[in-house]
Amino acid sequence: MRKHMTLGVVVASALLLAACGGDPEPAETAETSPGAAGDGAGTELVVWSDAERAEAIANAAEGFEADTGATVTVVQKNFEDLRADFLAQVPTGEGPDITVGAHDWLGEFVESGVVDTIDLADRAADFEQVTLDALTYEGQLYALPYAQEAVGLIQNVDLVGSEAPATWDELIEMATDAGFEDRPFVLYTNGAEGDMYTSYAFQTSFGAPVFVQDEAGSYTSEVGLGGEGGLAYAEWISENGREGTGYFTDTIDYDIGNELFATGETPFIVQGPWTIPTYQDAGVEVAVNPIPAAGGETAAPFVGVQGFYLSSQSSNALLANEFLANYLATDEAQQALYDADPRIPALTAVAESVADDPVIAGFLASAQNGVPMPNIPEMGAVWDFWNPAQIALINGEDPESVWTTMVENIESTIGG
Amino acid sequence: MSVGQQRAETAPSSPAVPPESHARSWKGPGWGFVAKLLLMMLVNAVGVAAILSAYNVGSWVILGVLVVLLGVADWIYFAKRTIALKYLFPGLLFLATFQMFTLAYTGYVAFTNYGTGHLGSMQQAVDAALIQDEQRAQDSPTYPLSVVRDGDLLGFAVNDEGVVRVGTAEEPLAPVSGAVVDDSGAATEVPGWEIVPRAQLFSDQSLQQEVVSLRVPVSDDATDGSIRTREGTTGAIYTSTLEWDPDAQTITDTETGTVYAPNDRGNFVSPDGERLAAGWYVNVGFENFVRAFTDANYAEPLLKVTLWTFAFAILTVLTSFGLGLLFAMIYNDPRVRGRKVLRTVFILPYAFPAFMSALLWRGMLNAEFGVVNEWFFLGADINWLGDPWLAKFAILWVNLWLSYPYWFLVTTGALQSLPGDTLEAARVDGAGRWRTFRSIVLPLLMVSTAPLAIASFAFNFNNFTIIYMLTGGGPAFSGTSVPIGSTDILISAIYQISGVSGGRADYGLASALSIIVFIVIGIVSAIAFRQTRKLEEI
Repeated sequence: MRKHMTLGVVVASALLLAACGGDPEPAETAETSPGAAGDGAGTELVVWSDAERAEAIANAAEGFEADTGATVTVVQKNFEDLRADFLAQVPTGEGPDITVGAHDWLGEFVESGVVDTIDLADRAADFEQVTLDALTYEGQLYALPYAQEAVGLIQNVDLVGSEAPATWDELIEMATDAGFEDRPFVLYTNGAEGDMYTSYAFQTSFGAPVFVQDEAGSYTSEVGLGGEGGLAYAEWISENGREGTGYFTDTIDYDIGNELFATGETPFIVQGPWTIPTYQDAGVEVAVNPIPAAGGETAAPFVGVQGFYLSSQSSNALLANEFLANYLATDEAQQALYDADPRIPALTAVAESVADDPVIAGFLASAQNGVPMPNIPEMGAVWDFWNPAQIALINGEDPESVWTTMVENIESTIGG
Repeated sequence: MSVGQQRAETAPSSPAVPPESHARSWKGPGWGFVAKLLLMMLVNAVGVAAILSAYNVGSWVILGVLVVLLGVADWIYFAKRTIALKYLFPGLLFLATFQMFTLAYTGYVAFTNYGTGHLGSMQQAVDAALIQDEQRAQDSPTYPLSVVRDGDLLGFAVNDEGVVRVGTAEEPLAPVSGAVVDDSGAATEVPGWEIVPRAQLFSDQSLQQEVVSLRVPVSDDATDGSIRTREGTTGAIYTSTLEWDPDAQTITDTETGTVYAPNDRGNFVSPDGERLAAGWYVNVGFENFVRAFTDANYAEPLLKVTLWTFAFAILTVLTSFGLGLLFAMIYNDPRVRGRKVLRTVFILPYAFPAFMSALLWRGMLNAEFGVVNEWFFLGADINWLGDPWLAKFAILWVNLWLSYPYWFLVTTGALQSLPGDTLEAARVDGAGRWRTFRSIVLPLLMVSTAPLAIASFAFNFNNFTIIYMLTGGGPAFSGTSVPIGSTDILISAIYQISGVSGGRADYGLASALSIIVFIVIGIVSAIAFRQTRKLEEI
């Protein structure tokens, strides 16, 4: 009798479950009358996104859902979690069909075999070339670009006017004339951890790119940090560090830097477009310009590109490609993404239409001087040594030995 | 809970029988049984739902485990003799899921090279290599395309400048006459073929996959490439040079003739050492364990880190125990007024999340803008977080601030439970305050707090939060070739050198190193527990 009872419990719960609609078999498959608008019932496209863009993607998906009958589920995650989660989950088959991501994740994605190539066909010509280059790895395009960003020189118009300084010396002069000889400029260093991403433009103005670029502009794995240019840059940091002019310190974290600029303690800062609302909310009138050169060459900041990656294990590849190529790549979708989260659009036409905003125009001008941040996986090792070296230089250690050791360490880590 | 219902049903009501004990005299399946039945129905419902979803995604191992667990649960809670298991089963289940499985899985990963570039299976690496190799022919136009079929045979109909050509995987493209095209140029009617409607493509996953993987050769010559579509409305000519041979398990470059064979590291390599990008994870034996000890670059920094880890854990326990005990004794004295309020205030740091406090302190210790320098050191430029020794001191200080309330709580409780007569006896014997503390209070306290001190040591040995949030391990060691710093403890150093922090992550190495740390803590704790037994012999 007890056996029967056990069985009864199982059956009853199964019935209960069925009644609750937990039946996971697809209700019906492919019975379509030709010509009827889409009937993708049951097919679901999963898109991972961070909070800022989730809504814009969902909006772009509405038309797609209506046309194809498929459902698009936008899953929100922290931007930084997207990378690790995508890497971990795609091979298990649990990953999304599409994810938003930054272009410097690409090398790792390709080595781990988690991304599929995409083909923009004739539409490619409508994108800014730098965004396509950034998302290209060994000749193949791996993501649909939608935004680019670069840091620029932000200045307080009320304190120093809106005219751009052409060189570092000119910048210091402008600030000094305005009465800011103690703190003419704020260099963001992420506190005592160092941040070469923000400072990279100054380094390139000394002719020391992180990796040597070949004639076509793509990176080789030859480290370009060493040599005279690199050393000149190291000396320049040191001269402006703790033992020198004291302009650079290892005390500026993200909030302190923004606070100093927003409260008018300093007229110049190098930061990205994401900080602008902070300043404007504090009532600062800002002007954005390309970063002035400290050495003899053009100051080229890193350009970061954001795009939509397609999973190599997607079981809805056709649907996902349709969504990317014919819905997300449209001017309207890109405009909506810009409205949701203002970054410089990757489509030239959209970028031009939003460039009547002087702030965006300033960042665009800065980005046009820039070079894409390398997307090879070795970049992780570079940051590990590069950032601490910046701090060591600011704190007055010998430029030559610090910089030489750093280059050796990077080379041996990459080589080994 | 489930003592036999059968007995209850047949319970006789004859007056001759003396009244049964209360425990056995209940009638029918009472409320307790109903409650159990409901709970078990819930458990079974959740279990069956989990089994069904495991079936749907084809996870056979999980399905098997679930079936067994559910069966065992039903047996335990409806059988008569399994009284002990009824209490133990939930605990055992959680132990297995959250402890044993995690441990075993970490152990498993430690023997593989799971990490960037070695994440999936060999088949996935092959897929990736083929995907990465296939390129659109440079001069290929984009053709309007329709998916066509004849029974089960799929093909593409492309519109090549007005001429509709049809082909399948086997048959190269050939022109057909009598086709009708629409405005976009895609064929809507092809004699002898049925056009697959778009809607059907979108709704049928297996059809989608077939279409996406279909390659229709352009001509009899394979080097001309083949038509491929990504979204089902346009096609282009793609060429690929790599070919996978499932029997030989090799990838061949048809252009150069190079053969890429799998090696024992989970990569395809050619005879002259060229490596294809994507790899898979393989068993690498003890390599991860050996690497940390044999790599000369790691030897010196890791030694420093190990010493600092021990110093950090031991000093944290000693200082916070000392300070907590001091405050406990002061605020345990009946002469102090408002003791309850003051005690509450002292416990406050314990109530904040540790990572928040660490971030706050990071701001306060900022050399230029922090309040610590401004208020207590007259604006001196003391680089608390930038100097190796000061940073170590700052870590100890902040951790003291975070953890003394714990000891304050624990020792207050222990002090209050000290036997009053022993203390009085000491006083009668003429012992002074210091003597009483040293010979009576402290030894008695240690009996109850020493095991907690060991636990606290083990916790701080792996106190990743405070290091990561306060200094991030910095300032970096100068002149060494590993990216770790003066305040890194073992666990944060592992996070750095295994690349899990960003860049080329090596989870195999990280797992191996964490197992080593686990063993170290285990040994230290075991020795310490042995020592504490002596304390009890008072």
